[in-house]
Amino acid sequence: MSHQKKAVHPLDDLIRTDRIPHIWCPGCGIGTVFSSTLIAMKESGIDLTKTVMVSGIGCSGRGAGYVNLDSFHTTHGRAIPFATGLKLANPELNVIVFSGDGDIFAIGGNHFIHAARRNVDLTIICVNNFNYGMTGGQVAATTPYNAKTTTTPSGNPERPFNLPMLSYASGATYISRWTILHARDISDSIQEALLKRGFSFIEVLAPCPINYGRRNKEKPFDTLKLYQENTIIKNKAHPFELDIDFERGVVLGKFLDINRPTWTDMYNKTCRPKDFME
Amino acid sequence: MKPAVLSGVHFITGDVACAEGALAAGCRFFGAYPITPATEIAEHIAGRLPEVGGTFIQMEDEIAAIASILGASSAGVKSMTATSGPGFSLMMENIGLAACTEIPCVIVDVQRAGPSTGLPTQGAQGDMMQARWGSHGDYKIIALSPISPQEIFYQTILAFNLSETYRVPVLIMTDEIIGHLSERVVIPDESEIKLVSRPRAKGRKDRFLPFEPGPNGVAPMAIAGEGYNIHVTGLTHNEKGYPDMTVECQKQMMARLTGKIQNNLDDIIKTEGYMLDDAEIIIISYGVSARTCHTAVDEARSQGIKAGLFRLITVWPFPEDQICRLAERAKALITVEINLGQIHLEVERCVKDKVPTYLVGHVGGTIITPERVIETIKEAT
Ligand code: SF4
Repeated sequence: MSHQKKAVHPLDDLIRTDRIPHIWCPGCGIGTVFSSTLIAMKESGIDLTKTVMVSGIGCSGRGAGYVNLDSFHTTHGRAIPFATGLKLANPELNVIVFSGDGDIFAIGGNHFIHAARRNVDLTIICVNNFNYGMTGGQVAATTPYNAKTTTTPSGNPERPFNLPMLSYASGATYISRWTILHARDISDSIQEALLKRGFSFIEVLAPCPINYGRRNKEKPFDTLKLYQENTIIKNKAHPFELDIDFERGVVLGKFLDINRPTWTDMYNKTCRPKDFME
Repeated sequence: MKPAVLSGVHFITGDVACAEGALAAGCRFFGAYPITPATEIAEHIAGRLPEVGGTFIQMEDEIAAIASILGASSAGVKSMTATSGPGFSLMMENIGLAACTEIPCVIVDVQRAGPSTGLPTQGAQGDMMQARWGSHGDYKIIALSPISPQEIFYQTILAFNLSETYRVPVLIMTDEIIGHLSERVVIPDESEIKLVSRPRAKGRKDRFLPFEPGPNGVAPMAIAGEGYNIHVTGLTHNEKGYPDMTVECQKQMMARLTGKIQNNLDDIIKTEGYMLDDAEIIIISYGVSARTCHTAVDEARSQGIKAGLFRLITVWPFPEDQICRLAERAKALITVEINLGQIHLEVERCVKDKVPTYLVGHVGGTIITPERVIETIKEAT
């Protein structure tokens, strides 16, 4: 008999290990965001039985498929309204949306702004890799100016979203941005978001070396260097400062953490009869 | 808490009767988006749900409305949305998700004349094929068609019961005319209403297979937050719920999704005959058009013509066997519907030229008059 025990990863209990290997490419940033999310779930002490992950479609949208919790892999762009239904129908659930920039902010952009406006108590984790990875690297609503993608072969002529500013304007109560180099900060942020009642948004910049990096002459290591050298942490930064421009420097940090009544609080107060007792 | 079942006699529209039917059926979540002529369902239930412990939300569009009810149903709450043509088109992708992931839900389409924006305030039955085939891929749903505000009350309860029994989206294919028609509606005592809830997951949590079919082909359902750690995906998935991108798995999944409907047709399909026993000219109709046909049959009978009506209460799955049997004995079959011949195609498919078939239809905007039906009855005699 061997005395060696099979090595167990500390997050294995939260992973559908029978689905490993995952589909993510070597060098992809999604895995880091995913494991930071799992660490945050564990450390926060929330009831994991009552914790649900919802994803849309795309590489990041496969997140829900690997977490060993109740998990829903929905239609493209619709993770947030699906999550809204889950949360409103059972306010005891902790509902996490884990998806990509294309899913949440292009096809699903309308749902994002309205869920933020309503302050539905959701934690939205957006892996922003500046392109549509799953379909082979097309331009996204987050692709920087001039960047090359398969559908912008001469460079992107469009302005990308400033996601924290969009969240701020829409009514989110918690907003932060990190890169995958800041794994500890991501976890801390997600933990705060999970413990907070309100609409929380965490943006994580993550490399897609296969489809984005390659076309923009960024080796995986170059991307990480950019994340290290061309970013600055500035908590409470003004949303106007949060455009993504690596030449000028990208601002990271926790930008907003405020309280206002959630959708469910307001609904119970405004719409239920005064004598309603649950 | 206010009562969910407003037992008594009411004079209400089809839309309001639908909302009350939903409440009586146990619906406690409604995801809405305004659209004529379905808005009154949302307006009515918006006031009623919070007083019976339910939740109403007006979402940002119809896609969000249906996505929200799928989420709510996954949390274990009976859920519904209501719309009309343009909104119905927007809901199609998520109707496919509901069919694929077997999330019970009820969708009401108060049909108006299309295509596109069409005639928003005028009725039609032009979405019947869309109800069957509107989302991509092969799948099966159940669709009902009510003839009156009274029937829409009962059909809404039936829709929830079927949806829960078979874990399938159930569509109530009504129309502007029934939706806006005020009539006497009797709401029975709560004790007389039979409600069905989805089969629920039981047993060891680590061994549970969320898509392993039970005896009637339907898998028991685990609710979010119960600890079964289920995975639900619109990708082709195996009994464990895991994506499995193989032809074999696609075959198995599709066999389950279509089989649970196909193998329970006797339980699902409901039809009604009027003057059918000795009928030689048989009219096939549904919804508001069937009202026209009642009058036409009476008139034809008074003129000595043996006409009868076969009314589809369930439109999908299509009552093929019943129509085939009618084709064996009738002299002619006449389909009456407010479109250019959608259910008529199905009738023709079943009849296979055994007897002549006729269509009385038009492009929508008004009901079909009994006179037009009588004319065709005479032509067929
Ligand atoms: S395509 Fe890009 S985003 Fe998708 S898994 Fe590969 S590296 Fe990651």
